Amino acid sequence: MPAHKNKQPKPSILITGAAGALAQQVIQRLRETCNLVAVDARVRVELGDQIPSYCIDFNKRTFEDLFRRYQFDTVIHMGRIRSSQLSRMRRYNANVLGTQKLLDLSHKYGIRRVVVLSTYHVYGAMAYNPALIDESAPLKSAGLSADLIDSVELENLASIYLWRYPELNISVLRPCNIVGPSVRNTIAKLLASPLAPVMAGFSPMMQFIHIDDMADAIVLASQKPTRGIFNVAPNDWVAYQRALELCGCTRVPIPSVPPALPRLILRTIGLKRFPAYLMDFFKYPVVIDGRAFENEYGFTPKRSLKEIFRFYRDNKKPL
Amino acid sequence: MSLVSFVKSLLVSSELDEQINRIRKPIGTLGYDPWGYNNEAVKFGFSLVKPIYEKYFRTEAHGVDHIPAEGPVLIIGNHSGQLPIDGILVGYALASRKKNPRIPRAMIERFFPTVPWLGNLLNEVGAVLGDPVNCARMLANNEAIIVFPEGVRGSGKLYRDRYKLQRFGAGFMHLAMKYNAAVVPVGIVGCEETVPSIANIKPLAKALSVPYVPLALPIVFPAKVHLNFGPPMYFKGGDFSDAEIDERVDQVKTEINRLIEKGLTERKRLF
Repeated sequence: MPAHKNKQPKPSILITGAAGALAQQVIQRLRETCNLVAVDARVRVELGDQIPSYCIDFNKRTFEDLFRRYQFDTVIHMGRIRSSQLSRMRRYNANVLGTQKLLDLSHKYGIRRVVVLSTYHVYGAMAYNPALIDESAPLKSAGLSADLIDSVELENLASIYLWRYPELNISVLRPCNIVGPSVRNTIAKLLASPLAPVMAGFSPMMQFIHIDDMADAIVLASQKPTRGIFNVAPNDWVAYQRALELCGCTRVPIPSVPPALPRLILRTIGLKRFPAYLMDFFKYPVVIDGRAFENEYGFTPKRSLKEIFRFYRDNKKPL
Repeated sequence: MSLVSFVKSLLVSSELDEQINRIRKPIGTLGYDPWGYNNEAVKFGFSLVKPIYEKYFRTEAHGVDHIPAEGPVLIIGNHSGQLPIDGILVGYALASRKKNPRIPRAMIERFFPTVPWLGNLLNEVGAVLGDPVNCARMLANNEAIIVFPEGVRGSGKLYRDRYKLQRFGAGFMHLAMKYNAAVVPVGIVGCEETVPSIANIKPLAKALSVPYVPLALPIVFPAKVHLNFGPPMYFKGGDFSDAEIDERVDQVKTEINRLIEKGLTERKRLF
């Protein structure tokens, strides 16, 4: 029998949020073995001739054309707009309505695997959080900050579709802080900067995952259609202020009590990398338990905290 | 030499350094566990508490070897004295015992994590927010945990109520049964006299969002402290009614009362 008859066709995968550093890593890992289509609502990413790339708003009709044209097997949704970006209304449109559209289309066009990238921020930071929060814990952040409502809503939608359409095989990943080269989220900017604000007297426990490890985790998840919600975090922890020290950051304390005072200060300064709505994440720990994902997917992060922090220390730009 | 290393060299002897390092803890690559416990902070804490334990309160601990060398343990004691001095002394007694020392964890009031500096400091030396989920996870990690089931009812009580056990929460019993943990009762005598309070200034406590504000002298008296640990008690798990659980809690309470009586009899004078 000729060899080419045994050859499995390459799976076709839609990757949203393709302009992000993490998506780029995922694309690098999958480009040889899969037919990829990259989409980003913000910019069109140049990925060479092999990978069609589009700048499309999910809520526009043209988005459906992609599903018609490419017959996707898998969707990896990394297109969540972070809370530090855009206005609340635009985020709601992109994250909630856009995700709903994406999931509806996935259902309509018979997608067999959907991976949704969420965030551990959905658990919310508060003084009474126990450590090692598992996936069944309530998502408190919607009640704590209006800026995180769209992230929780996105998850709720994914959960509804997960149960309503089991054939979609939806997995929601809730990673801890993703850091590493070219990551531009809030925490990565803090670790990279020479001066980093801290809440005076508070140094909550944090978890960090290297962007390469997170990309590996997403690739693993995309290849095994286990439905469910999974935290993704290494079994290693460090206090925020210690992490800053190890990254060579000079800590700048912000008065932390009464709580109204730091909120006022942060809103006045308007620092993008230390926004008021994330203030409590720098006061109280949100330590998640990533063991369910590790066990299900046989995932072990390869980059240690020391390695992550060494990168930031070695690449520190002087003031 | 950095300031931290200099202070460490003054406070932490190499012997202590080794002793703490020898006690295995489930910590990550940077010396922390998920609750914020930190080996280096424990070394400082141990060095600072030593003179307080030995010289200031002249603590006498009996039966500390009753605490099993390994496996999940709940150390249940009577809470008193407005400040969590009793927890610190019980913790030090176990961490400094000659044979098989262990660094115990302590469940603390929900109010502490909201206090700048203090909350983190307590976490670093092993104290953890008193949440049943935390306690369960730590028992699963084979930790020894100090619990005062009276909570603020015990620590905030007035001097006239000294050595009268307040209502015990039953949460510890549920967890002990579920995780097959040894329950080691401890009767603490002396801490009631460290900060004797004659009243609780409730309006001020409410205004400050703290559990209580004692009307007391702003001094911690050097009362002599007696710690009497009892033999471990084991309670088989199963489907029990609340009344049956309460009965088991009462067994522990009775044992603690006996140990308190023992301490009071042993005590020759208050200071």
